[in-house]
Amino acid sequence: MDNWRRSPLTFAFFSLPTLGWLFIFFLFPLAIVWQYSFGENTSIVDVEFTGTLNNYARIFQPEILVLLWRTLWMSTISTVICLSVGYLVAMVIASASPRAKPWLLLLIMLPFWTNLLIRTYSLLNILGTRGRLNQALQWIWESTHSLLQLVGLEGLMAASYKPLTFLGTPFGVVFGLVYIMLPFSVLPIYAALERIDKSCLEASLDLGAGQVRTFFKVLVPMTMGGLITAAIITFVPTLGQFLTPDLLGRGQVDMIANVIERQFKKANDWPFGSALSLFLLYITFILLAIKSIHDVRQSRRVV
Amino acid sequence: MKIDQTRLNNPGRRSLLKGAAAVGISFSVPPSLLAADGKLNFYNWDTYIGEDTISQFESSSGVSVQYDLYADNDELFAKLKGGNPGYDLIVPTNDYIERMLLADMLLPLDHSKISNIGNVGSAFMNPSFDPGRKYSLPYMWGTIGLGYRKSAVEELTSWNDVLASDKYAGRIALMGDAQTNFQMALKAMGKSLNDWSDENIAAAEAMLLAQKANVAAFAADNGQDLLLAGEVDIAMEWNGDILQAMEEDDDIGYLVPTEGGLLWEDALCIPKGAKNIDNAHAMIDHILDAKVGAEIAEFIFYATPNEASREHLADDYLNNPAIFPDQATIEASEVSLFPGQEVTRKLDDAWTRIKAAG
Repeated sequence: MDNWRRSPLTFAFFSLPTLGWLFIFFLFPLAIVWQYSFGENTSIVDVEFTGTLNNYARIFQPEILVLLWRTLWMSTISTVICLSVGYLVAMVIASASPRAKPWLLLLIMLPFWTNLLIRTYSLLNILGTRGRLNQALQWIWESTHSLLQLVGLEGLMAASYKPLTFLGTPFGVVFGLVYIMLPFSVLPIYAALERIDKSCLEASLDLGAGQVRTFFKVLVPMTMGGLITAAIITFVPTLGQFLTPDLLGRGQVDMIANVIERQFKKANDWPFGSALSLFLLYITFILLAIKSIHDVRQSRRVV
Repeated sequence: MKIDQTRLNNPGRRSLLKGAAAVGISFSVPPSLLAADGKLNFYNWDTYIGEDTISQFESSSGVSVQYDLYADNDELFAKLKGGNPGYDLIVPTNDYIERMLLADMLLPLDHSKISNIGNVGSAFMNPSFDPGRKYSLPYMWGTIGLGYRKSAVEELTSWNDVLASDKYAGRIALMGDAQTNFQMALKAMGKSLNDWSDENIAAAEAMLLAQKANVAAFAADNGQDLLLAGEVDIAMEWNGDILQAMEEDDDIGYLVPTEGGLLWEDALCIPKGAKNIDNAHAMIDHILDAKVGAEIAEFIFYATPNEASREHLADDYLNNPAIFPDQATIEASEVSLFPGQEVTRKLDDAWTRIKAAG
């Protein structure tokens, strides 16, 4: 099937399961959430759908905007780190020998074999005040100190190591987000790198561009589609994380999804929770629109 | 008392499952598939029943029990809110019983079908949230107080030590939800934890906001883990969770501050829409049996309201002040009442402001 226009019936037939799935498990629940977002609580259990815009208006309270802003910048930083590290990892995999490639890809996928909750708890063990990371830093600190003592320079640093606080800080949360999302950013970039014609890079190098220039002027533009995909599938799920701020942020660095979760549980305010979730969804749609505009431009250029 | 090893390896009833629910894992089979004669769909807290309680009931009654777990009252409430998916027996906490009664979500109990009802201590038979025990019978009770590391904490008597002081800055874990923290702030100010006047809410908000910088964690129900790991030295927690930590580490203690804490009670209820009502009554009767009640209490380490169970229980359980607080503490403490939807909304908004503060 080279073009769906030539055989629309076949195309329709084969896309039915996907469309059905999308309708039952995405559009239909979404419609319910959308309806709730215009509702009002009339009792502990009842919501009346009055068409009120109150729930949306409440998003613009200063504290909600603060949390939205925090969510946006933490997600942006996490995404930028994921893309930078992910690009390097993808380059290593793409340039590895054909025999090594599947194994390297397997290593990227390996964390998915363990449940997210378990992985987050293990991060607690690593990042805690008495965690492995602080233990390692303490060891380095103390060994350096005893080395300095040998040469009589121990006055340069304090004898005892003061543990660093990672948990309950934005650092801890961003660390956790990057850890969770990194595999998602490696794969699309890797796919883009695999597709490019290596002779373009050789041509660039032969014609006098240095390694750095070739990277930024040739490689990155040629893989821009993969980069944007990676950015979106890293950024969008990051917006909705609440487990990471809860556990690694210790409730001190809440993101917007923590507020949404509370509306459906403790606060028992489904309409407001729905409006907030949809607000996040609108942000996502804007990003997807940017991506598809880019795709259209790209395909025009190729044609 | 001999400490049960399997219990030590289990997370508390209020800990790990909550996280699991948070990432959207469901452990349960839809009970509606199983509703039929000779069945009972029992929905209870995680790690909150005796080792053999269910199997004993199954073999003596011939009823097969589908036993599902929830991590907190909100999960239970959210599941039942849209209509009972098939549960016959649930164990909500007192203020949620009140909430469910307001929402007409519970069925009345037929006391004549529960021959062991006389085993329940008379002090438990007429609570404010369910006068006359028409809809609920007590399962376990306890307090919210402070777990602490004995070697690291010098003087700890008041809620103000953790809510309005930098004495233990960076070493305190508070609870992860708005209501409990606000209630303890009210106790710290010497007020009733059910007095939700606007001035009280504002004063409690100011107290918690000022204390945020001194707090290491608003623990999502894992305060006892933070205490055990040495990440904090004081944790506001349910007494049962701290008791579990005390079993693992002798250096951990539990106290209810002098202003009093929160008294809670979980009770057995039959939700509306239950299909196996007779079996649910039979299970309640089974649980209220003196021996069975003692076995459950001994295993999960919460205070039993079952008077008849006491003779089957060891002294170090009965005399443990972290399980059974002294009379003065009980008198200073209060049972939490459902504050109503409007106050809940106000508390959540205040909580968001506290959380948004940098």
